[in-house]
Amino acid sequence: MNFREIADLVMHESRATETEVLALEQDEDLTRFANNCIHQNVNERNIQITVRSVIGTKVGIAVSNDPRPDSLRALTARAFEVARLQPDNPEFKGLPEAQTLERVAAFDTSVAECSPEDRAKRAGVICRRAAAASCSAAGSLTTSALSIGVANSKGVFAEHRSTLADLSTVIMGDNSSGWAQRTGWRLDSLEPEPLADEALYKVRLGKDPVDFAAGDYPVILDPYATADILEMLAFDGMGALAVQEGRSWMNGRIGQRIMAESVSIIDDGLSTQSIPWPFDFEGVSKKVLPIVASGVAMTPVYDSFTASREEGKLSTGHATPPSPQGRFGPAPMNLFLRPGSATLDDMIRSTKLGLYITRFWYTRTVHPRDAVVTGMTRDGTFVVRDGEIAHAVKSLRFTQSYVEALKNTEAIGSTPVLLRSALGGATSVPALKSGQFRFTSSTR
Amino acid sequence: MKDFIEHALSVARSKSARYADIRIIDRREQVVSVKNGNVDGIGDQDSQGFGVRVLVNDSWGFASSAYLSKAEIERVTALAVQIANASATVPGDRVDLGEPVSTTGTYTTPIEVDPFSISLEDKLDLLFRADAIMRRNAGVRVTESNTLAVRIHKFFANTEGAFLDQVIYECGGAIAATAVNDAEVQIRSYPNSFRYQGTGGWEYVTGADFIGNSERVAEEAVKLLFADVCPTTTTSLILGSSQLALQIHESCGHPTELDRVFGTEAALAGRSFLTTDKRNNLQYGSGIVNLTADSVRSTGLGTFGWDDEGIPASSTPLVKDGRFVGYLMSRETASKLGETSNGCMRAENWNRIPLIRMTNVSLEPGTWELEDLIADTDDGIFMETNRSWSIDDLRLNFQFGTEIGYEIRNGKRGRMLKNCTYAGITPEFWNSCDAITNAKHWTLWGTPNCGKGEPMQTMGTGHGASPARFRNVKVGIFQ
Repeated sequence: MNFREIADLVMHESRATETEVLALEQDEDLTRFANNCIHQNVNERNIQITVRSVIGTKVGIAVSNDPRPDSLRALTARAFEVARLQPDNPEFKGLPEAQTLERVAAFDTSVAECSPEDRAKRAGVICRRAAAASCSAAGSLTTSALSIGVANSKGVFAEHRSTLADLSTVIMGDNSSGWAQRTGWRLDSLEPEPLADEALYKVRLGKDPVDFAAGDYPVILDPYATADILEMLAFDGMGALAVQEGRSWMNGRIGQRIMAESVSIIDDGLSTQSIPWPFDFEGVSKKVLPIVASGVAMTPVYDSFTASREEGKLSTGHATPPSPQGRFGPAPMNLFLRPGSATLDDMIRSTKLGLYITRFWYTRTVHPRDAVVTGMTRDGTFVVRDGEIAHAVKSLRFTQSYVEALKNTEAIGSTPVLLRSALGGATSVPALKSGQFRFTSSTR
Repeated sequence: MKDFIEHALSVARSKSARYADIRIIDRREQVVSVKNGNVDGIGDQDSQGFGVRVLVNDSWGFASSAYLSKAEIERVTALAVQIANASATVPGDRVDLGEPVSTTGTYTTPIEVDPFSISLEDKLDLLFRADAIMRRNAGVRVTESNTLAVRIHKFFANTEGAFLDQVIYECGGAIAATAVNDAEVQIRSYPNSFRYQGTGGWEYVTGADFIGNSERVAEEAVKLLFADVCPTTTTSLILGSSQLALQIHESCGHPTELDRVFGTEAALAGRSFLTTDKRNNLQYGSGIVNLTADSVRSTGLGTFGWDDEGIPASSTPLVKDGRFVGYLMSRETASKLGETSNGCMRAENWNRIPLIRMTNVSLEPGTWELEDLIADTDDGIFMETNRSWSIDDLRLNFQFGTEIGYEIRNGKRGRMLKNCTYAGITPEFWNSCDAITNAKHWTLWGTPNCGKGEPMQTMGTGHGASPARFRNVKVGIFQ
């Protein structure tokens, strides 16, 4: 069944006052390599159909991956029964109305039809380059085709097809490692040779790391580390639900300059420079939304539920999929940090004593209201002394407010990199220099 | 079902697979959640499908589909073989799976009350009552509660003759209160920061007494706003059993996964400091530290009949009298050590390959009474219920935060402390363990959200622990 048929059947069967159906169909391949060989290589074809049934202010949700007509009828009935038996929820104001939606091209046939042989060829390039350098490569190559359809009984009907390609590698030497990653919706955005070279550069640069005392230092962050800052800020408080519950770093800061003037963060689900999604999981259209403008906290992102709780607010098109597990709340999926004009060399040359960091690892929030995060550096941490990279150091643990880190921004790189986001979309970020970052311990 | 299974294995054989297995899974999950007096989420989530894993020469391929039909089984199995042949263009070492596995049988989680037999109304009633009690406290900003029930019906068969039929039940739930002021957020949860989950029936939830703990949880959340901040110092640390369970998960469970040791998780989860040369040689912890991996203990999230390679449930020492002695293994990795698998291969669902995962990795109880342990501590902090966690890619450098702490002075539990954190290096930390409380204080907790692999898989693991004391620990990071 295609999505139109699924939607028609669900709407026809539903006895609810309002009904919504969301279908996510996925055909995803992932080739994984380690020790310079392919050791895991998988394919998945799946569909997830979510029916949201509304009776007055009662909402029932049922989810299945069986698109056969009898199963869809049962799913629709189940969502209705779940809604029927619960008490009214006065906070729920209804499903979104239909909107005019933009169409955005984000489907590359060469990704959707990428063969196991083609993926193996690209993985093999990295493995052979690593082996030639007496190193060991690990990583993965994902190619995925996704169809999303949202329809509701108030006239919403939205469909979008997209592809996603992601290639990442960690290459390991005797006592050092390097990381490289690229994401895009086109296959030609992933070239294995430059990725292998980038990771191998860090392997060579990172040889024989030494201990380094914890403390406060300026940091120069590769885009991989900068992306973590944006994503943790998104996870910890760019959504209106977090702000309404008082657990966001934006609480009490909206309208205030809380980051350096050079810092502007937008969410843009329509940009083909990201993995575009022209509408959210409720079928509400996306647009360019400034979240931080020239260092000033502007607004969190909204879905229809959180918007209805505030006078005069409309959904910004950031609903996440409805789930029986409860509301995760709205989230930005296409973040961009506005590039600056600095090069990596500029940032290094301007540093008397600091650290140059490839990426962060296992970051977790310690204090949500200040976005204090702890985590480790990984795959290349270097001391910068008197404007030059002096030597590699062992990985360090930091515990740092990410808001403060961006407040102390001294330079932003000119070249953004697109990276797959843990929130489901992608994040576009350049390198960044922050004047102060707190490291709390080192590892062995 | 047997026809589908035999057909897949037959297609795999005909396409030159030297080994193949198939899992057909029907998973049902029912969640009820309440927030601030309203239903936040409620409903069922069903997922069914099959996955075929093949080994052609020395290369693996896997394909899966939600559409169970004979034609789809043929397509998926052929695709798995094609993928394996593609893998062979970037070849690795010879794959030895050891002795053939031809286990047969059935297993069902022992339950007293089928959690799906409890009506949604009854589940809502329980949560609304707990929620109402928490909301009586005017200082609480957000109240949350949920229950979860899972049933996984799984068929496994391989080309070596194994045929297994298992039904696993899981249940769980939690309550939590969040208090907020102008500067910070404090949360108290019960039983274990939304990680209270185990194999079992509805009795697992009712045994937790959400109602009886609601008032305390709300009170503690509000009191934390006014509590003193955990000092920055080096001191004796007593960990409550649920926090210690997560400590075990991160600093013992993960580094003993043999795939990490062999580098096959290097790109994502990382490697391990417990390399094979350290086995039987490294003093991982003090002499009172005994850590065990088992898949047989009642209610553990890592409890089953057989793993996803058909290996029967078992129990394995990982650390014995402080010495590192064992790994969590698969058939392929065990054979590299000349051993047989101890049954730790587990897949999240039909659409994922099995990976080496923790089963129930537990710290065996000691001899102390908790009251005696506190009385024996002149200066220290008691911390419980996890709030944040982070550890490096070798599983050495860790930092944890807990929801609540209490100062210990002159053998007595004193003032409440907030924003409690502690940090350390794994073997130094475990070697500083000088007292473990006895079996009376031991609880088998669940960690339902363990992430590993690409594509990401979330797995439930079990961890038993009783409160224990660690000396000279850094606490109060970034205060």
